[in-house]
Amino acid sequence: MHTPRRTFLKGTVALSVAGLAGAAGLVRAPRVEAAEWPKAAYEAKTVDDALKALYGSSQVTASGAIKVKAPPVAENGGVVPVTVSADLPNVDSIAVLVEKNNQPLVTAITMSGADPYYSTFIKMAQTSDVHFVVKSGGKLYSAKATIKVTAGGCGG
Amino acid sequence: MARQTQIRAQMKDGAAEVRVRVTHPMETGQRVDRNTKKKIPAHYIQKMTFALNGKQVAVTDLGPAISKDPLVGVRLKGAKAGDKVTVTWNDNMGESGSAEAIIK
Repeated sequence: MHTPRRTFLKGTVALSVAGLAGAAGLVRAPRVEAAEWPKAAYEAKTVDDALKALYGSSQVTASGAIKVKAPPVAENGGVVPVTVSADLPNVDSIAVLVEKNNQPLVTAITMSGADPYYSTFIKMAQTSDVHFVVKSGGKLYSAKATIKVTAGGCGG
Repeated sequence: MARQTQIRAQMKDGAAEVRVRVTHPMETGQRVDRNTKKKIPAHYIQKMTFALNGKQVAVTDLGPAISKDPLVGVRLKGAKAGDKVTVTWNDNMGESGSAEAIIK
């Protein structure tokens, strides 16, 4: 289930009093030894181009097995909560793309053992369709949600 | 610059729900400073890696369109209470951070 942001914050305050003492002393964090950040995909200007750069294909099949939790209306485009989960086997990756953002690709997660579940907060410039693309067994599946934005999150 | 990386992991419906929060500006590079009229340089987290008991289970690429002070949630099925989850992140300016938690 989705923990409201506020509850999460409250919970972590207590935790972090003890935790931060340790975390503050933590200076040297190990570098993330993972593949390069896919720059081309993030700089792509359309959903199709971004998918091609990310997965090598923009052929997606709409799927009802992808569950998306997102608000129909977001008051603040700077903080739009989205949660996506998929009832598909062998999910390798989940990507979130906002069609009308300057650079549609928002984020992509690659699993190697984690469940097909991903939640985060995204920025949206304006009302737009948001695409959730799931890669399962080498194929791309997608679900779409329209989120109405009353105040954009990318401007100054 | 020290940034707070917070992690919380809890068993829920047979899987561990892991939530991570980093205090980070997540600047897009498109905003303009009102006083200087100059663009504020982009500064955002690019990678976040999750590990369960030291073994990598997920890597997420973040872009500038993730909200400020990002909060990211993943779910780990094979995990159980007492296991250790670690998150590590780094951004486009070379900053990085990590945190770990024991699943409850």
